[in-house]
Amino acid sequence: MPDTSPLALIAEDEPLLARALAVELNRAWPQLRVAPPVGDGDSAVAQALKLQPDVLFLDIRMPGKSGLEAAAELADAWDLQAKPFPALVFVTAYDQYAVQAFEAQAVDYVLKPVEPSRLDKTVARLRALLAARTQGDASLQHALAQLRGLLGVTAAASRTPLTVIQASVGNSIRMVSVEEVLCFDADDKYVRVLTADSEYLIRTPLKELLPQLDAQVFWQVHRGTVVRAAAIERVLRDDAGKLSLVLRGRGEKLAVSRLHAHLFKAM
Amino acid sequence: MSNPGKSIDWSDKLRRFLQTEAFCLVIAALHWTLVPDRPSEISLVYSMSIGFFSWAIIDFGRHLFPSSRQTGWPTGVAWWLLVGSGIVGGYLLGTATGDAVFGWSSWRQGHPSMRVGTSILITVLAGAGAAYYFFSQSRGHYLERKMAEERGLATEARLRLLEAQLEPHMLFNTLANLRALIGTDPPRAQQMLDHMIAYLRATLDASRAGTHTLAVEFARLRDYLELMAVRMGPRLAYTLDLPDTLAQQAIPALLLQPLVENAIKHGLEPKVEGGSIVVCARREGERLVLEVRDTGVGCDAAEANGGFGLVQVRERLHALFGDAAGVDFTASRGQGAQVRLVVPT
Repeated sequence: MPDTSPLALIAEDEPLLARALAVELNRAWPQLRVAPPVGDGDSAVAQALKLQPDVLFLDIRMPGKSGLEAAAELADAWDLQAKPFPALVFVTAYDQYAVQAFEAQAVDYVLKPVEPSRLDKTVARLRALLAARTQGDASLQHALAQLRGLLGVTAAASRTPLTVIQASVGNSIRMVSVEEVLCFDADDKYVRVLTADSEYLIRTPLKELLPQLDAQVFWQVHRGTVVRAAAIERVLRDDAGKLSLVLRGRGEKLAVSRLHAHLFKAM
Repeated sequence: MSNPGKSIDWSDKLRRFLQTEAFCLVIAALHWTLVPDRPSEISLVYSMSIGFFSWAIIDFGRHLFPSSRQTGWPTGVAWWLLVGSGIVGGYLLGTATGDAVFGWSSWRQGHPSMRVGTSILITVLAGAGAAYYFFSQSRGHYLERKMAEERGLATEARLRLLEAQLEPHMLFNTLANLRALIGTDPPRAQQMLDHMIAYLRATLDASRAGTHTLAVEFARLRDYLELMAVRMGPRLAYTLDLPDTLAQQAIPALLLQPLVENAIKHGLEPKVEGGSIVVCARREGERLVLEVRDTGVGCDAAEANGGFGLVQVRERLHALFGDAAGVDFTASRGQGAQVRLVVPT
């Protein structure tokens, strides 16, 4: 008989705290199964995709990827056909700005050290949520809306706008006008700068470029991709509901993450 | 106290008016004792009229000057202009009023109430004196207010510094770990609490002006590293290497603390598998060499050298030893970092 009791995954880098949370959860919600905890953002994403938990406790500050980034990545990679998106509960020791943001987005969070009465309230909320949950992407859309708010997907105030990209080509530096750039696509160590007929590599991370680009002209469509809106020829939707776009004049298809899919709506 | 330049505080004005008139009464009385042949009521009327107009011109006129915004009184030349016109205007208008009351004109030569010279002298002296008195009163209030403001700002700054030193994130995470240990391993919880108490004392004391021995310095480092070791579990390994011969060597207090904190915060905490940190001391001839090495994520040496922790250590050493002391920072991405301090003994 398959075990239908709900499953929780805890992502917390401090081992004593992960164990303490598991113990408290056991007391507050005996029917809940708690998987072995993970200690960093990447493992959190990997384990969540593997185990498909009903509830995910994410520590905000973890090595590698933060809890928020892990949640965003998970939202993008989640297979909705198999199971609804897990309920998220963020965990933090002290972070006034995060807590403010959580309150604003009505996202569930707990403070460390976990206070039993506070955890009881969270457990009650989770149980109600799971009972009311239906199949489909309502759970995911809800999570995406919250994550968008938390990550501040609207671009931060820009400094002086970038007009030229300086890319090293061999022994020289090629000056590429931003007007010519169709797309920025981040790789592991570099960012690819795509123009109509060429491609250049620069080292400046996308995070640094983004505030210097006009948010009306350049849209972020993925954690690693920023595209000139006017250069998008069309946006396609596959069977799983994931979007991808095709650039004018260039053949490649670029993936659009679920977090940014709200940008593309028929008028 | 009136809010200068913004709106008129009528109770303040009334107070000054009454003080001015009282002063005028005194002047009239003095005048009468010195020149008793003139009927007292004449001196009185003239004195109070002149006083009234002088006060009115100065006390209302000062609001017209833009430089009055801070203290309520204009600054520089404008002050003299105001007081001057107040005295002159007050004298003219006051005398005219007195003339109207008694029905004569003071300007006609030979008139018994004439003594224009004396009159003017009294007016100028009294006027300037009263104006200066009110002015210094205003200034006194203004300076008091400013001092209170500054004190408030200083307190706020100190509170914020304290908050930064205490690092709430560190504090609550440590307390959370402590709470977990109390249930599962009470003796270890007590040890952890002892380290935490010592660490907090050192942090709050924060008097980095003193010196202490290397033994004490390393004990403080152990407090911090023990707390972090409980928090990070297997992700942190540390070694404190202090030869017995150097235990009593004096060094500036908490010199190494920021370096160790940086190594953990920027080097080891962000690394998924964690790593190790080594703090060691040794003598090289006439100099003391202190090293903090970590196997963390490392960084570009350029960006770290401008970091607050290193800058602070450099400045401290330079202030104490000048060029005889040095700080050397090397790092590379993915390889960890190393800080080397050289201090004369």
